[in-house]
Amino acid sequence: MTDVTDVTDVTDTWRIWRKQTEVTEVTECFIDVDRLEKVFTVRKKTGFLKRERREVRAVDSITFSVARGEMVGYIGPNGAGKSTTIKMLTGILTPSGGRLRVAGIDPSRERTRLARRIGVVFGQRTTLWWDLPLIDSYRLMHRMYRIPDARYRENLDRCVELLEMEALLDVPVRQLSLGQRMRGDIAAALLHDPEVLYLDEPTIGLDVISKAKVREFLRELNAERGTTVLLTTHDLQDIEQLCSRVMVIDHGRLMYDGPLDGLHEAGESERTLVVDLERELPPIEAPPARVVRVEGPRQWLAFPASQSAAPLVARIAAEYPLVDLSVREPDIEAVIARMLHSLGDSPGAPRPPQERATA
Amino acid sequence: MDGLRAYGLIAGMWIRSSMAYRVSFAMTVVGNLLLSGLDFVAILLMFSRVDSLGGYSLPEVALLYGLSVTSFGLTDLAVNSLGQLGQRVRDGTLDTLLVRPAPVLAQAAADRFALRRVARLTQGALVLGYALLAVDVDWTPAKVLLVPVMLVSGAAIFGAVFVAGAAFQILVQDAAEVQSAFTYGGTTLLQYPPTVFGTELVRGVTFVVPLAFVNWLPATYVLGRPYPLDLPAWVAFTPPLAAAACCAVAGLAWRAGLRSYRSTGS
Repeated sequence: MTDVTDVTDVTDTWRIWRKQTEVTEVTECFIDVDRLEKVFTVRKKTGFLKRERREVRAVDSITFSVARGEMVGYIGPNGAGKSTTIKMLTGILTPSGGRLRVAGIDPSRERTRLARRIGVVFGQRTTLWWDLPLIDSYRLMHRMYRIPDARYRENLDRCVELLEMEALLDVPVRQLSLGQRMRGDIAAALLHDPEVLYLDEPTIGLDVISKAKVREFLRELNAERGTTVLLTTHDLQDIEQLCSRVMVIDHGRLMYDGPLDGLHEAGESERTLVVDLERELPPIEAPPARVVRVEGPRQWLAFPASQSAAPLVARIAAEYPLVDLSVREPDIEAVIARMLHSLGDSPGAPRPPQERATA
Repeated sequence: MDGLRAYGLIAGMWIRSSMAYRVSFAMTVVGNLLLSGLDFVAILLMFSRVDSLGGYSLPEVALLYGLSVTSFGLTDLAVNSLGQLGQRVRDGTLDTLLVRPAPVLAQAAADRFALRRVARLTQGALVLGYALLAVDVDWTPAKVLLVPVMLVSGAAIFGAVFVAGAAFQILVQDAAEVQSAFTYGGTTLLQYPPTVFGTELVRGVTFVVPLAFVNWLPATYVLGRPYPLDLPAWVAFTPPLAAAACCAVAGLAWRAGLRSYRSTGS
């Protein structure tokens, strides 16, 4: 039960890993983003025929690089600039400033060439053909990407097996469930062996089983094929189970870049232990955990997310008449909000104004 | 040609999609044939009351009509969906075309490809066939050659209008109606002799949006009638040049439009 050393171990490992990537970055830097900017001009009505032009910095001088084979979680509140970044990385949007290279290619200039080497899954919109059997969408990919026949068959078989889609191939897409369709979309994005896979909210709206399947599949893909994965999500478990590295963006600026544990530390986030006792008792005393709510025999205890729950559970079980318990993970928005808050308090924090009126 | 290949692949998918609802497909084909047919009936009704329209006889108007509708029908069949590109821009689904290894213009043009649009083309070709048989023209080799040249150039000019309009719709997403004014409005305008319109309008259609090169200018030469504007006779042979210029301008507009694409939040 050496929970504190566990954490430092992880941090140490991370530091070593980080150093290694810094060394290899020179040769194996796959995604290279340098002071990337995207400025949208928004016209706002201020009266009859009068309009004010405002500049909104959706992405404000972001710099990072991703090595080949990394799995990175890209998170932040709604409207923080996540999707805008992904859209620039895929060539959908043209950056307003800064430098951007994916596999040595400038996405907005050579969009079509880049398209052969990347896979994109938009969680909210499908790229599958609504009225046709699922297999037809794959046949289109086969021909449009000019995938060699043997390669196509091999990749399709693999996806079908791992994502359990045998029974779905002949079903029209409109009859698939959301989870089935998401699996179908992920398979469609991987048939041409992309070197990097961008996933925008891949588990949104999925049930627990579908989520688990998708995560398991992505883990295998990354481990076996070495495919680089960049995913945006609102689900902290996606990050916990998949990503060795997290980038947090807020108001278009990169606020954090490192392992998930560090995020918890930076945000001093807390997990919650829900304890059911045999009877109503005064609040449990087990520092550093503190009771945040009591409702009859049930009590809620908050404790630092960086600590293991085991010693706390052991202690409560020894001292109190315990019936049942469960641990709740902090929700990602709360973690980020705390982290942004604590960063905001420190000196040298980024300045808040995002919008500048120009006319 | 990567673009043409992608176009073929996507159009094929849409044809198969439409076959998923066979009854609906059959009904829209029949409906479209009837509707297109009624279009020319309106002109026939007009001629049941008058002998000439702006000095043009029925076969002569039918020639203008046939040329306009056939060339527009070709374009409409091939790239109709460019007229509704604003819809894809508004809901952000243009994104999915941008991550494919094929020219976006080809993908957008093939989007929602519908075989039922053959109806308009068929009807235009039938009227053109009637006009070519009925019209009183002293056919010379140059005049005969001008007919296919007009159809191809005309389709290209309409195509350029579709592409330029689509580029404009990336900027101004609810501009589908503006575009329709030039495409559907344009083809309707060209069905009537230039002599029934005011000189200002004819000037605009000749020099600003050069739709007059689709049929008015070359067809007045074929029919041996004076064009309302004082232009040299050789202008009748310039539709290919006008078409090339239109396509070049439309191509530039499309590039600029695509670079200014802003996508939507998700």
